Amino acid sequence: MTLFLEQIVNGLVLGGIYALIAVGYTMVYGVIQLINFAHGEIFMFGAYFTFLCLAVLKFPLWLAVLASILLCALMGVVIDLIAYRPLRNAPRLSALITAIGISLILQNLARMIWGAEPRRDLANAKSAFLSQTVIIPGGAQLSYLDLSIIILAILLMVGLNRLISLTRIGKAMRACAQDKMAASLMGIDTNRVIGATFAIGSALGAVAGIMVGMRETIEPTMGYYKGVAAFAAAVLGGIGNITGAMLGGVVLGIAEVLGAGYISSGYRVAISYILMILVIVFRPAGLLGRASAKRA
Amino acid sequence: MKEPVLVLDQVHASYGNIKAVKGISLTIKSDEMACLIGANGAGKSTTLMLISGILKPQQGTIWFQGQSLEGVTSEKRVQMGISQVPEGRHIFPEMTVLENLELGAYRRRDKIEIKQDLEQTFTLFPQLKERGQQRGGTLSGGEQQMLAIGRAMMSRPKLLLLDEPSLGLAPLIVEQIFEIIQQINQVGTTVLLVEQNAHLALMVTDHGYVMETGKITIEGESKELIADQRIREAYLGE
Ligand SMILES: Nc1ncnc2c1ncn2[C@@H]1O[C@H](COP(=O)(O)OP(=O)(O)O)[C@@H](O)[C@H]1O
Ligand SMILES: [Mg+2]
Repeated sequence: MTLFLEQIVNGLVLGGIYALIAVGYTMVYGVIQLINFAHGEIFMFGAYFTFLCLAVLKFPLWLAVLASILLCALMGVVIDLIAYRPLRNAPRLSALITAIGISLILQNLARMIWGAEPRRDLANAKSAFLSQTVIIPGGAQLSYLDLSIIILAILLMVGLNRLISLTRIGKAMRACAQDKMAASLMGIDTNRVIGATFAIGSALGAVAGIMVGMRETIEPTMGYYKGVAAFAAAVLGGIGNITGAMLGGVVLGIAEVLGAGYISSGYRVAISYILMILVIVFRPAGLLGRASAKRA
Repeated sequence: MKEPVLVLDQVHASYGNIKAVKGISLTIKSDEMACLIGANGAGKSTTLMLISGILKPQQGTIWFQGQSLEGVTSEKRVQMGISQVPEGRHIFPEMTVLENLELGAYRRRDKIEIKQDLEQTFTLFPQLKERGQQRGGTLSGGEQQMLAIGRAMMSRPKLLLLDEPSLGLAPLIVEQIFEIIQQINQVGTTVLLVEQNAHLALMVTDHGYVMETGKITIEGESKELIADQRIREAYLGE
């Protein structure tokens, strides 16, 4: 029982991380119908930027985290500006191939700068506080870090939901996702809204990258592996649907941990693929998506 | 003589190789209600998209209230007072009626007056008020058209562009919508109405332009155009 509970908690932590990354995929897909394959790399840079600010610039942890989030937001905006915006009216395949290209460039750039070996710098840099553990009812152990991840992920998801449903920019994002021409006729600067979408998605991805960096290791391929899983989560929830991406993340996180625990840890990565394929075959619009998921 | 709100001077536009608008010129005077009629594919919607700044002309100039619109973004044009109800209504289907209307006021910051305008819209279209929290996509065609017009009015336009507001609607609803369009014009909004239903359009407007394959072929007072033999044959089915 305790083991099972521990697995569920681990699944929730992983699920929160997937959810944070998945909303970035789904938001961008919602506004420009592009699967931004470079999103996983932005997540990875979130971890490396924090490491850089800590190790080279000697920032305190909180400042390193903040700087990294802002840098990633900027990175998302710049990628859109130079790589995707010129292709806005091009066939969708061109933008998709460009996204794969950007992803490869960024991954190899990280490898060139920081090397391929996994780093534990962030895991070592987290404060002593985060390394403490609590025993939750049922007897399972939970580190403060994992607890913080769950809480922070929930707060950010709630915040994002509020932002999308209540604020001016959130309404503009939904308008762009549903009908870009009509949005322009309302006086909405669609390019700016798309930029803001990249910024927000990338910032959330950076937060997830820092979490993973503190929990596991940092390496250039981390964005690929977690990115694929988070993308699967977005598809699972219904691509373009933000609540769906959150739900998909949590479902996938729990499924992955349980699968690894009770079947074999070798299936970890396969589980996200299997779930994604099952969804595509049996419920192509995803758990919460409609035939065309434009609810953003 | 009232000064013109909108002037198009030898405007050309194309989609790739397809020339859709071939050097059209027109003048819409302040407070008047004008129409642009013509068959499907004549270039009417393209003309409205050029005025709204969604498309850029290849040649020629558009003037709004004496100012050239060259290089002026579509956002800025909304702010200047140009608002369009596009063909097919283009309601935001997953947003509520209220949110759709609020988006019409996206460029405005005067919260209190936006509230007042919302109330006014609901007076104009009582059906919309009951459906405030309903998703736009669930409305009937007529209600969507009313919502599209209400939404366009939320920007407080000086010039309202309407693209085929009668399309696909029952005659009774069309009558109701045209009455409202006339009301909107009477309280001081200049209107440019695009219609395939030429008779209807000429009945309610002051001035008319006839467009054929990208060019304006006939122009004049609407009541004269209704009597014009060429128009009677080509557009009024006589
Ligand atoms: N997005 C587009 N791409 C290519 N051609 C278009 C597009 N929109 C319209 N056209 C063409 O431009 C011409 C004028 O179209 P349009 O302005 O929609 O006419 P109307 O509104 O009078 O029916 C037509 O020949 C039409 O096929
Ligand atoms: Mg048309």
